[in-house]
Amino acid sequence: MPDTPVSRPVAISAEGVWKVFGPDAAGFRARPAGERSPEAMARDHLIGAVRDAGFQIGRGEVFVIMGLSGSGKSTLLRCLTRLIEPSEGRILFDGQDILTLGEKPLAELRRKRMGMVFQHFALLPNRTVLGNIAFPLEMQGMDRDRAEARARELAEVVGLTGREHRFPAELSGGQQQRVGIARSLTTDPEFWFLDEPFSALDPLIRADLQAEVQRLQQEHTRTTIFVTHDLDEAIRLADRVAIMENGRIVQIGTPEELVTRPATDYVRRFVAKVPPARVIRVSSLMTPAEGDMAGEPVSADATIAEIAPRIVAPGGPLRVLDGQGRPVGALDRQSALQTLASGI
Amino acid sequence: MADVSPAARQGAPAARPWFGLLVAAGVLLLLIAAPLLPAVWREVPAALRLPLSDWIEGGMNWLARDAAIGGLAFSDVTRALAAAAQWPIEALQVLLAEGWIHGAGFNKVQLVPPLSWLGITLATALLAWRISGRGLAVMTLVAGLYLALFGLWTSAMTTLASVLICVVAALVLGLAIGIRAHRSPGMEPAVRAVMNVMQTVPIFSYLLPTLLLFGYGPSAALFATVVYALPPMVHATVLALRSVPPETLELARMTGCSRRQTLWQVELPVALPRLAIGLNQVVMMTLNMVIIASMIGAGGLGYDVLRALRRLDFGAGFEAGMGIVALAVVLDRLTQAAARNQSIGRRRLWSRRDSLIALALLAVPTALSYLLPALAVWPKGLSLTSAPFWNAAVSFINQNFFDPLEAIRTFMLLNVMNPFRDALAALPWSAAVALLALAGWRLGGWRVGGGIAAMAMFIVITGYWLPATGSVYLTLLAVAGALAVGMPFGIWVSARPRWHQPVQLLLDTLQTLPTLVYLLPAVMLFRNGDFSALIAISSYAVAPAIRYGIAGMAHVPSERVEAAAMSGCSKWQTFVHIRLPAALPTLLLGVNQTVMMALSMLVIAALVGTRELGQEVFTALSQGLPGPGITAGLCVACIALIADALLKSGAARAARHQGEAHA
Ligand SMILES: Nc1ncnc2c1ncn2[C@@H]1O[C@H](COP(=O)(O)OP(=O)(O)OP(=O)(O)O)[C@@H](O)[C@H]1O
Ligand SMILES: [Mg+2]
Repeated sequence: MPDTPVSRPVAISAEGVWKVFGPDAAGFRARPAGERSPEAMARDHLIGAVRDAGFQIGRGEVFVIMGLSGSGKSTLLRCLTRLIEPSEGRILFDGQDILTLGEKPLAELRRKRMGMVFQHFALLPNRTVLGNIAFPLEMQGMDRDRAEARARELAEVVGLTGREHRFPAELSGGQQQRVGIARSLTTDPEFWFLDEPFSALDPLIRADLQAEVQRLQQEHTRTTIFVTHDLDEAIRLADRVAIMENGRIVQIGTPEELVTRPATDYVRRFVAKVPPARVIRVSSLMTPAEGDMAGEPVSADATIAEIAPRIVAPGGPLRVLDGQGRPVGALDRQSALQTLASGI
Repeated sequence: MADVSPAARQGAPAARPWFGLLVAAGVLLLLIAAPLLPAVWREVPAALRLPLSDWIEGGMNWLARDAAIGGLAFSDVTRALAAAAQWPIEALQVLLAEGWIHGAGFNKVQLVPPLSWLGITLATALLAWRISGRGLAVMTLVAGLYLALFGLWTSAMTTLASVLICVVAALVLGLAIGIRAHRSPGMEPAVRAVMNVMQTVPIFSYLLPTLLLFGYGPSAALFATVVYALPPMVHATVLALRSVPPETLELARMTGCSRRQTLWQVELPVALPRLAIGLNQVVMMTLNMVIIASMIGAGGLGYDVLRALRRLDFGAGFEAGMGIVALAVVLDRLTQAAARNQSIGRRRLWSRRDSLIALALLAVPTALSYLLPALAVWPKGLSLTSAPFWNAAVSFINQNFFDPLEAIRTFMLLNVMNPFRDALAALPWSAAVALLALAGWRLGGWRVGGGIAAMAMFIVITGYWLPATGSVYLTLLAVAGALAVGMPFGIWVSARPRWHQPVQLLLDTLQTLPTLVYLLPAVMLFRNGDFSALIAISSYAVAPAIRYGIAGMAHVPSERVEAAAMSGCSKWQTFVHIRLPAALPTLLLGVNQTVMMALSMLVIAALVGTRELGQEVFTALSQGLPGPGITAGLCVACIALIADALLKSGAARAARHQGEAHA
């Protein structure tokens, strides 16, 4: 079941979510299922930006939404925060349907439990770095000094120490997005939403910030929904990836599953350029442990690419350890080398 | 690429000569056939007349005298408002211009002096230095010294006081209306339509109803000015709020901002750069209007100019006019610098220490002025004046160049202006309306044609047809003059990048000058009359002609020019076949802008004794007759809207042809 997280409690779940734009979007609910094909809807000038999306996201999971431009990623993300009102469906946060929430509780939910990072940063030009980071707290009515003290901590976390009193116009793009990240985390949210946060940045800085996100996620694991159209970014960050095509989710799975078992041709073409070693994990290639064994230890969770130096070194099978350091199997260097060599 | 292929070039212009010929033939035919038309179709029959002006008159009088809501007379309300408005005006007057005076006549004692001219000048220069730089600071100092030493300070501060109050009022009201209009999308088109009409109605028409409602005096001028300066502020607010990126609004929602927080903490700060541009426009429009409004008793620099003109003391008029220029340029550059700082994110320009210094700069000279009265008001005896020089210059010119100047004037009047005026006046109204509607229909479809016909008929039935032809004649000639000078100059400059900046600066300065200033040189050289009016209107309207001349040429796609060069076109061929057609849409918009400027100057030019709608408005103003004043003002607005519709459709058509050729 790729639609549900493995071995995590469910934090967010979406059921049959539709978002339709067009002149008669309000009448969409009344449409019978047979009239909901893209062709039938196009006839009535309706655009199905999100079509029948359903999935569950586990607590602490990084869930990446991927797809080409216009495939509905942003719309889906905004349905989850209700920045866009879905046309139909249910969206549950810890079992509570947020589509039934009134304005007040919804605002409270967003304030206290959600943080969002925007593609174009959305910084306020009249506030300094500190002022921007403190903004969500100030809007909750926290007094300025306390809000700024907290903002100072976060500026340090994202590496902006020494620039607290600059204005956004005095920062580079990468630094601006660091402010955006810090601001989204000031309230210490459980749910973290990022909509193509790095696509406006150049590649080197993008890599920096991806590492930053990984680090933040290690320090404090949050349920994260991350939109991108950069496959490389998705593979680096994702626990699971949802691939969208024309508003529909065509496959949800770990990067490894997408590469090894693409559900459709579309997905196959999407992942064609990914070297399998980058996504295939030791656990998929190992053979069960036979009694006590020697050999160098490797983590079952590591990808083949990550342990490449040890694979190419001479020697016998490698010893595979699980998260607790217990031996769970053996990795044959030969089969690992094959994976490493394929797709280059 | 496509433009060198003959097929692409033919389709577009081929239709136009045919159309031009048709119109020309039509006009000619009508002129010849005019006497043959039945009288009803030549002169507006009485039966067709709508006594609109009487109705307005009646309505206004009723409002001013009899209207009451449950015992509370409307006039009482307006007079109370006027009194309330009087209060801040007087407070600022005391602060800036007059000081606290007790008693009158010989018993007059100044208890507290006004803020010293030196203090105000220095503090403003400090501000200029901080927000812009040394150049503007020096300019501010020079302007302040000029106003003080030439004895214009008190008048200038009276003007400034009105400007400040009006700007604040227009800003607050404009923001409020703009925010509302932005929030309810249904309201926006309505607001825009009202604003469009309001911007074409001549200045004086605003004065009339306020005079009637608020009484003769500074508060009437204040209300008229605020109403006049409101449209650009509302417009700027709507545009500014609309420019806030959607992501930023999402941020507000994600952080759970209330409506108030969203507005004050997110939308307005993000919109500030554009709002600041609106502020600049409001300040300049307010200054222009305040100068004009001095005529109804607000006093100030405009009044000085007018008084000097009446005495034929051109020197004094010119000096006061230069005072207006000084004030206008400083206000414009200051607000522009503020807007620029906002949009490029320059901040932290003004520290707390600067506030203290500015306070000290204001307080010390003011305190010292107890001991040294020259610091409060520069003594009359020590005032410089250049008036005798200018008067001498004018009489020198008149003595030595009277003949050639007079010859030019007479020639123009006898051979160009009067015949043209008479020809227009002789044109039967029915034929003119039909021609206009036809042109509108050809250029922009039946909607434009119908709209134009309706507006032209408005002029006919309100009984202002004849004066309207006078307005059209003056405007057309003035526009022709402005275009003949401005467009070639602009096109010439466009090819010389080194000239761009100085010309741009010159144009900026020309456009900041209040309209009244333009009358002075014309009257000094050519006395009262239509020719002076023509010169004044032309020189006022020349700035957009130059500006659009430059802009039009700048927009020519460079690959077309390269294509022409590759096919061996000469410079002149490239200009005629490539550059000019490509620039045509922009040039037509420039013509439109020139016409609008000319029309707005028309009413001011009435001061030198023209005979047309502007004069009707002006006369109505001096007689306090709101009916004719407003109606004639609306007729000017109709002319402006007709010209606007024709030229905009023409520009759109030209742009379409260019687009086709490009595709
Ligand atoms: N407000 C709207 N009105 C009408 N159509 C919309 C609206 N918002 C989005 N759409 C349409 O919905 C579809 C999905 O848009 P969405 O912005 O979610 O795509 P995306 O995957 O985020 O693309 P990108 O990578 O370009 O951001 C697109 O076809 C878009 O044109
Ligand atoms: Mg998107």
